[in-house]
Amino acid sequence: MSAELTEIRWHARAGQGAVTAAKLVAEAALREDRYFQAMPEYGPERMGAPLKAFTRISDAPIEISNNIEHPDIVVVLDDTLLDSVDVTEGLAADGAVVVNSPSAPAAIRAQLGLGAGVAVATVDASAIALDTIKRDIPNTPIVGALVSVRPVVALDSVLAQLQATFGKKFAREIIDANLDSVRRAYQEVVYDA
Amino acid sequence: MTDTTPTAVVGAAAVDLSAVEQRTIASTGNLFVAEAFRQIDPDAVCAYPITPQTTIVEEFAKFVANGRVHTEYVTVESEHSAMSATIGASAAGGRAFTVTSSQGLALMWEELHIASGLRLPIVMINANRAISAPINIHGDHSDVMGARDSGWIILMAENAQEAYDNTIIATRVAEAARLPVMPTLDGFITTHSIARGQVADDATVKAFVGEYVPDDSLLRSTSPVMVGAFANLGPTYMKVKKAERDAIDASLPIIGEVGAQWASVIGRDYGHVESYGVDDADLVVVIMGSAAGNVRAVVRRLREQGQRVGVVKVRTYRPFPAADLAAAVSGARAIAVLDRAESFGAPAGPLALDTLAALYGAGIQVPVRSYLYGLGGADVRLDLVEQVYADLADVADDGDGLLNPTPRYLGIR
Repeated sequence: MSAELTEIRWHARAGQGAVTAAKLVAEAALREDRYFQAMPEYGPERMGAPLKAFTRISDAPIEISNNIEHPDIVVVLDDTLLDSVDVTEGLAADGAVVVNSPSAPAAIRAQLGLGAGVAVATVDASAIALDTIKRDIPNTPIVGALVSVRPVVALDSVLAQLQATFGKKFAREIIDANLDSVRRAYQEVVYDA
Repeated sequence: MTDTTPTAVVGAAAVDLSAVEQRTIASTGNLFVAEAFRQIDPDAVCAYPITPQTTIVEEFAKFVANGRVHTEYVTVESEHSAMSATIGASAAGGRAFTVTSSQGLALMWEELHIASGLRLPIVMINANRAISAPINIHGDHSDVMGARDSGWIILMAENAQEAYDNTIIATRVAEAARLPVMPTLDGFITTHSIARGQVADDATVKAFVGEYVPDDSLLRSTSPVMVGAFANLGPTYMKVKKAERDAIDASLPIIGEVGAQWASVIGRDYGHVESYGVDDADLVVVIMGSAAGNVRAVVRRLREQGQRVGVVKVRTYRPFPAADLAAAVSGARAIAVLDRAESFGAPAGPLALDTLAALYGAGIQVPVRSYLYGLGGADVRLDLVEQVYADLADVADDGDGLLNPTPRYLGIR
């Protein structure tokens, strides 16, 4: 694929907000006048079932609509999926993996058997979400970790989009909690390559 | 072939071009269509939800509930009833819309012919989806092909932008041609992906579609008409069918003109076919719907490598733009037609049959290959598209007959 196109695959369990996260990144890209696609993979819709979602970000209009088989970045919202789903299938040799986990990146790297070319990052997005939003919804903070590891969109674009999305519907403290969760994950994410 | 001399067949749109404002948004294809519905504000929407069109009717129901449209929203217990109610609303003189997909479109089959036979300007969005069995909710064109011969104008969108624009264009076309129009978008690929696109301001859309005042209708007419008449043995039935044939043939320049008018408003070109790279191309692919983008991306890459390849996307499927298609592929040495629907037992896929007829009519004799691809939402990988062009290169070099009569399944041995 052309250099300016970035492809992201999201792994989560139904109910964790992976589609919302994919949409947030797409809308942040629109704020930067860039191009995007965000699409869920539809299957049986059961709460807790493993699911995938996909995001493309590009500086040029995106014509293709085929599946993303070789993502540049994989984001895992639930580390219990690491045992049951091949989350790094097709990952680019110089790709990046961002996992919602309290474990150190080295432990995840060993668990997934990843080579040196792949960047591995972890962030305890669930703990951050419980601390800030008061619910275990890791989808918003993990976007902060994603843009820290790979600046597919700017942190400020994510924050501005969250403000715009939540501003219409929610109280100030809820908006601030979400913004805070993104900033914290952006700061607290650790990676080893 | 019908003479489609582009004379002024529809009135000008009452749009103040200096006041047009477009917003760039991120939205699913379905919500782009729902937004067009809101802006058009039809008199009646009679619909039944079915995956993958559900979010169109859900979103539009919210617009109705929140008083953002004046539409009479009629909930029904099946698609058979949805189309029946839409026919009633349209015959009464209202601007009547509906939305369906797959098994729902199949269930409407008898009413589809009634809508066109009564010459009712209904607009129905179809979210293109496979037909059972086996059960499959994903995108292909099997449902559309089941409606192909029903007398409806059929417009095929590649993406959310085209789905939005086609909905607006269809409103004017239906009323100018006095025929029902079915703008379609591919299930999930286009209906559910969040895409970037532009929507015009409400005033522009309202001015473009204008107010619908039928010449005659059950409720508004000053000169009463009969709707649903009996025409048994004798010449009447054939005369009516001939009039339908004449009407849909005559709708081709209407679609072209309305498309050109909308293009002048929003700055995106809309022709019956859209070509890329064909001017010097030896090898050309003909395709409809969302996968056209995949083919265009492959064409860009192959052309960078110096290969003379091109692609033609068919936007207006019924009436079939035979002359436009033949002109677009006239320089090709080999052509592949990619169909996302079967015509079981036919010598080629449905779009391939149309293409062969168009080429024959234009006196063009080049090898044509028929491929079936992407059935039930099967992924249209770029390497599969590359394989088609590699096959075509062989066909062009060794002149492998005009048409190998067995359609090939792309990606399946």
